[in-house]
Amino acid sequence: MRDTPFVSNGASRTLCQHEQECCAACNTEASGLNVVARVRLPYDRSVRVLVTVGDKVGFLARERQVAPPGWNRWLVPPAALAIHLSIGQAYAWSVFKTPLEKSLGITGTQSALPFQLGIVMLGLSAAVLGTTVERRGPRWAMLMSLLAFCSGLLISAVGVWAGMYWVVVVGYGLVGGIGLGIGYISPVSTLIKWFPDRPGMATGIAIMGFGGGALIASPWSTSMLTAFGSTTSGIGQAFLVHGIAYAVFMSLGVLLIRLPSPEFTAQKEALLKDRPKAGVAHNVSANNAIRTPQFWLLWVVLCFNVTAGIGILEKAAPMLVDFFKESSTPVAATAATGFVALLSAANMAGRFVWSSTSDVVGRKNIYRLYLGVGALLYLVLLTLGSTSTPLFVIAAMVILSFYGAGFATVPAYLRDLFGTYQVGAIHGRLLTAWSVAGVLGPLIVNAIADAGKKAGHTGPDLYATSFYIMIALLVVGFIANELIRPVDPRFHEPEAVVRAQEPAGSGDDGTAAKWNEAEAADAAEEQDAEGVVKK
Amino acid sequence: MSSSRENPSSTLLLVGAWLWVGLPLAYGLYRLFLNAAKLFV
Repeated sequence: MRDTPFVSNGASRTLCQHEQECCAACNTEASGLNVVARVRLPYDRSVRVLVTVGDKVGFLARERQVAPPGWNRWLVPPAALAIHLSIGQAYAWSVFKTPLEKSLGITGTQSALPFQLGIVMLGLSAAVLGTTVERRGPRWAMLMSLLAFCSGLLISAVGVWAGMYWVVVVGYGLVGGIGLGIGYISPVSTLIKWFPDRPGMATGIAIMGFGGGALIASPWSTSMLTAFGSTTSGIGQAFLVHGIAYAVFMSLGVLLIRLPSPEFTAQKEALLKDRPKAGVAHNVSANNAIRTPQFWLLWVVLCFNVTAGIGILEKAAPMLVDFFKESSTPVAATAATGFVALLSAANMAGRFVWSSTSDVVGRKNIYRLYLGVGALLYLVLLTLGSTSTPLFVIAAMVILSFYGAGFATVPAYLRDLFGTYQVGAIHGRLLTAWSVAGVLGPLIVNAIADAGKKAGHTGPDLYATSFYIMIALLVVGFIANELIRPVDPRFHEPEAVVRAQEPAGSGDDGTAAKWNEAEAADAAEEQDAEGVVKK
Repeated sequence: MSSSRENPSSTLLLVGAWLWVGLPLAYGLYRLFLNAAKLFV
């Protein structure tokens, strides 16, 4: 190894001669300081890594997040659920829409703004802050999510009381939306690390929570508005109680989340013994992942699968009524609300059931099911949907179960392709597909239904064109999934770089070496024109 | 996977944590099925 001066506290010190263990070996001397070290790799290659050592003070320090010996991994899913069940409240925003419109004199389009901005911010903050979440650890991320999400609700309370609707938009949509994005990705990579044998099931539980959050919030918020009244005072009180209650509920996640200990990492081999295909031998950084075709193919898969689900979700209740309007068994509007509830149940159940199934049948196969069978079910709705209400309901439920499952399975698919190294950050960047689908799906469905009404269409004809578009999107998604191949080894991270990110120990004696933002700049010096670390 | 060093307090923590998230979810599911039943009446 070439002698390389390392910088400690801004001063150039003695030469480091400790080869790959140089960071740990120098800890005693450089405790609490940033150290730039050169990590030696096989075949005379090396990378410069900036590590922070001795950062073990504070509840949020990454090494304080490492599980003590004997920590039960089944404590991690409830930690994740505490966050996802809370931020899933966003899907129950519609409860506040009519009261806000009446009390503040705003339009329907305006009352939808906080939710829409929130979903856009979810995608953006997950994409931008994914690497930071990965570096700081899940406890930090969950606390930031708690602070942002609950502050958003409290700011909204102030906005309603003051009669300033723009404050609600900024509070709930902008500030709260950042909490949604950080919270959504916060437990993902930790769950995958704790459940290397069942990553699909683990992320399925958490992401099922996001669907379940609306189920809790919807009746709860409705009861609260009934109790406090739908005036500005009542709505403000409801936001205030929401903010406080969710802060208490989410704190369980912050307190309970733990990173796997070295003891658990040693046990990982035993877990994977029965599932030889479950292990992933390589890792790809978030920056390199977005340079691979696999990332963008998966982006298309997620975007189109979500769009197809929204195709039904957006117009579920009127769709059921329209389909059977002229039949011998028309469906009443109240019954249609029951249909929407069933779709929510299918959406939630699909997240857990199908994602867990993917651990057995493989990620590529399960997406073949979501996209291929999804397209066929849309065809069934088109051709036979109006002949039988049970057939229509069941087909729509299965499509919605695939919609939810697409979200829940994608972190495990990313882990299969890119490893666990920065899977949370990669997942964050992939969620921009959701933001696009969230705009694209309702646009397509509403525009076509409106145009159909103007043209005088009735019944199933109102939805025929949008169903054909959904089928086409699912077929394109199916082809994209077929094109996904293992990632080229030139994108793989060197083992030494991956190891530099892992907390060194669980105990008081552990001096952690953390991957730092500055590392990216240092490592970039060693990269070739394509941004891949030279081999 | 739980460790062989697992003790009663950690079991209590496990049960408490799952109840913390499970009870609100059960309430949400109960209300959901009340709504879904409207489709069949």
